[in-house]
Amino acid sequence: MDRIRQETERLSRLFREAGAVSVETSVLQPSDTLLDLYGEDIRARAYVTSDPVLGEQMLRPDFTVPVVQQHMKDGAEPARYTYQGLVFRAQEAGTGRPSEYTQVGYEVFDRADPAGADAEVFSLFSKALSGFSVTAATGDIGILTAAVSGLSTTERRRDALLRHIWRPVRFRALLDRFSSTSTREVPAFNSEAPQIGLRSAVEVESRLSALRTDAEFAPLEPSELQALQAILDVSDVAPKALVELRQIAKDLPAITPALDQLETRLSSMAQRGIDVDNLNFAGAYGRTTMEYYDGFVFGFHGETGVPVATGGRYDALTKVLGQGREIPAVGGVIRPELLEVLA
Amino acid sequence: MIKLGIPSKGRLMEDTFAWFAARGVTLARTGSDREYAAEVKGVEGVSLVLLSAGEIPREMAAGRIHLGVTGTDMVREKISLWEEKIVPVAEMEFGYADLIIAVPDFWADVETVGDLDAVAAAFRKEHGFRMRIATKYHRLVREYLQRQGVADYQLIDSQGATEGTVANLTAEAVADITTTGATLKANHLRMLSDGPILASQATLFASKVADWSGCDLNKLMGVLNLENPDIS
Repeated sequence: MDRIRQETERLSRLFREAGAVSVETSVLQPSDTLLDLYGEDIRARAYVTSDPVLGEQMLRPDFTVPVVQQHMKDGAEPARYTYQGLVFRAQEAGTGRPSEYTQVGYEVFDRADPAGADAEVFSLFSKALSGFSVTAATGDIGILTAAVSGLSTTERRRDALLRHIWRPVRFRALLDRFSSTSTREVPAFNSEAPQIGLRSAVEVESRLSALRTDAEFAPLEPSELQALQAILDVSDVAPKALVELRQIAKDLPAITPALDQLETRLSSMAQRGIDVDNLNFAGAYGRTTMEYYDGFVFGFHGETGVPVATGGRYDALTKVLGQGREIPAVGGVIRPELLEVLA
Repeated sequence: MIKLGIPSKGRLMEDTFAWFAARGVTLARTGSDREYAAEVKGVEGVSLVLLSAGEIPREMAAGRIHLGVTGTDMVREKISLWEEKIVPVAEMEFGYADLIIAVPDFWADVETVGDLDAVAAAFRKEHGFRMRIATKYHRLVREYLQRQGVADYQLIDSQGATEGTVANLTAEAVADITTTGATLKANHLRMLSDGPILASQATLFASKVADWSGCDLNKLMGVLNLENPDIS
């Protein structure tokens, strides 16, 4: 126990020395915000409790959301924060995973140089974990998002795909549907059936008409579809991955700005002493984790099991929680309990 | 003594009595109609426990009863990692029920769970909150929708009269058990075309966690003409 406390303190000190201000958050967090953000799935993973005054609450499943909320409310810019404490995750019986564990985190809110901030967080984590046998994995959800946004198809189809970037099953189902000519017979509005419920006849008719319009559009370009798949298949050391992605960009030029960003990030990392020539990069990395990461993503893994550290960029989250304001943000957490076995 | 838990009332109890009777074991309630006591004839060493169908999975998982009759839906909804605690012994071919998702019949644009997902996104944009699905099968429905990659919905608890929630404006869709679909139809609802989340029927289960010492399961299985389940 003492070792874990010492480890936690060591990480926290390292983050404070890097310029972070210590912040604290409540253990009880309002359910509404978390449910609206993560969807119903979070119910299976978080402990829900109720309070006669506060309403339904959750034991904090992560720090990011409350830290972002605090910053958006009264934070000065730029800002660097660190925190340490327990998070609570309900685990399915039999998995043996702990349902409460410590996280030590570092978050950067800075508009000036996003690639530089990515590199700053990654190299700080790299330094924090330098004595342990861990391997880093990286990815970039921003490339995937740019690829989907660049598909030459309707905005409706692009939006549908963008909404499911983090849900591979539905994403694949949508891609399949958009890749072939629709055989679906769109029915007429059924005026016989009673119109019950909150969803109105107008909403039904509007979607029917959208389905009819959609059926007339050509399937996705096979070359673009292949390019999209190729991005997901990229898995190599970073410089080679970048070369492969530049090749893919010939079919999908919309990803070029995201690739420039990746290149800038890699050189920022190199300047901070990261051996980027041996850094793993995978196009699909980070796709099945929490859905707020929308740019650079990273994790540090031991030989097996869950990663000991994870992080990434979450610009869109600050917009969702910022009530009209937004700020580029990147950060991550380390789990000291998992580090102990890797020392 | 083997403790056999069976549903304490209604059609499920009667069908269970009939199922055992057809195999030479007579189960009967004793005392007054309101007294939950019962006896077993035709085999030794078995005692009957009358329970609410919904409690039978929990009692088996806790090892307080050895055998139990309940629906597969109940077992899967109420017990995590149920296969480690309970083993199915025989499907009883009654109490058929499908867990399904249903939407208002006039939603001509919704046939599949994929449509439901698309509508959930549009609904949230239009109404400012996540589309509500009323159910009492939270775990099964949530796991199914998660597997299917559905987003922007919320589950609303409904322990009864679930089909009425749409007309009452407390939900936009329902997830419930149906046998004939008559209740859905009467409430102007229609099930999605993807097939049921779970096809359930009354099943005789054995508890793996109960203390089986002094119980002759082999003999009972012989009388019922069933294979002895592996409960080790």
